Amino acid sequence: MSGFDFLTTRLETALGWGRKFSLFHYPFITACCGMEYMSAACAHFDIDRFGAGLTRFSPRQADLLLVVGTVTHKLAPVLRTVYDQMLEPKWVIAFGACAVSGGIYRNYAVVQGIDRIVPVDVYIPGCPPRPETVLDGLMKLQDKIQNQKQDWRWARKP
Amino acid sequence: MGPETLIDAIRTKLGPAVEGVADSCGDPVLILRSDSVRASMAALREAPFDYAVLLDLTCVDFAAPEGRLELVYHLFSLSRNVRLRLKASLPAADPAVETLVGLWKNAEWLEREVFDMFGVRFEGHPYLRRILTYEGFEGHPLRKTYPWRLAQPRIPLKDGE
Repeated sequence: MSGFDFLTTRLETALGWGRKFSLFHYPFITACCGMEYMSAACAHFDIDRFGAGLTRFSPRQADLLLVVGTVTHKLAPVLRTVYDQMLEPKWVIAFGACAVSGGIYRNYAVVQGIDRIVPVDVYIPGCPPRPETVLDGLMKLQDKIQNQKQDWRWARKP
Repeated sequence: MGPETLIDAIRTKLGPAVEGVADSCGDPVLILRSDSVRASMAALREAPFDYAVLLDLTCVDFAAPEGRLELVYHLFSLSRNVRLRLKASLPAADPAVETLVGLWKNAEWLEREVFDMFGVRFEGHPYLRRILTYEGFEGHPLRKTYPWRLAQPRIPLKDGE
């Protein structure tokens, strides 16, 4: 391993560490899963312990999109726009059965999983998921961020 | 006014507009002729019946061979604290009925919803436009003839639908 490779590997590790513990999330909340989100976000379960405590209400300042609840076809363009407005690097969590797969709704109105609209990194099942499940999903996302190829300004692109 | 005398009084007042009386778990249901819905409602809104509130207006699609929609109106009298349910049948091919917007203002959105979901034309409605589904949506999703689970996406989705 050359000296340069060693340095960039260290840099990637440091970047991953920094990014996984400073997730600014944007809550895209449409339904009852929002209660579990609030519970996970507030003092009892406290996602701030995992570095994801800063909720941003502008997608331009966020790097984690939490899609919490049912997304209908009427809402689909809005979700797509919000995702497009977020800056790289960005991650998406599908929170709850409806966001994962449409859940109990199989009809003309509901999108059958938000992965048909935006790419999803972590799926959290449950109707609604317990806050512990949410924290588990968050930790899985942190593992993913730590181990993925980091993108940074002068990174060599393939 | 007890239930029986009330029904008798309404029948006397409305005459041939009432096609029949049904019973739903002890509550009276009046079956109206669809072409006299508005006149009947106007009469019921005044004294002595005094049904001042239109609680609900919805529709049911009976997928009978000939195709039949049934409008369901719920009225409430504040002064007498009683409710009344009224129904009117419409043909599914071209369902149309007079609007109630002049009588109750909330009928405007209720009728728009019934129009959106069932395609009932409310004649005289000031702004009969879809209220829940989006622009470009085709058909009326709660009709039994609407294709099962047919989604109409507004943006291209991955793998179908």
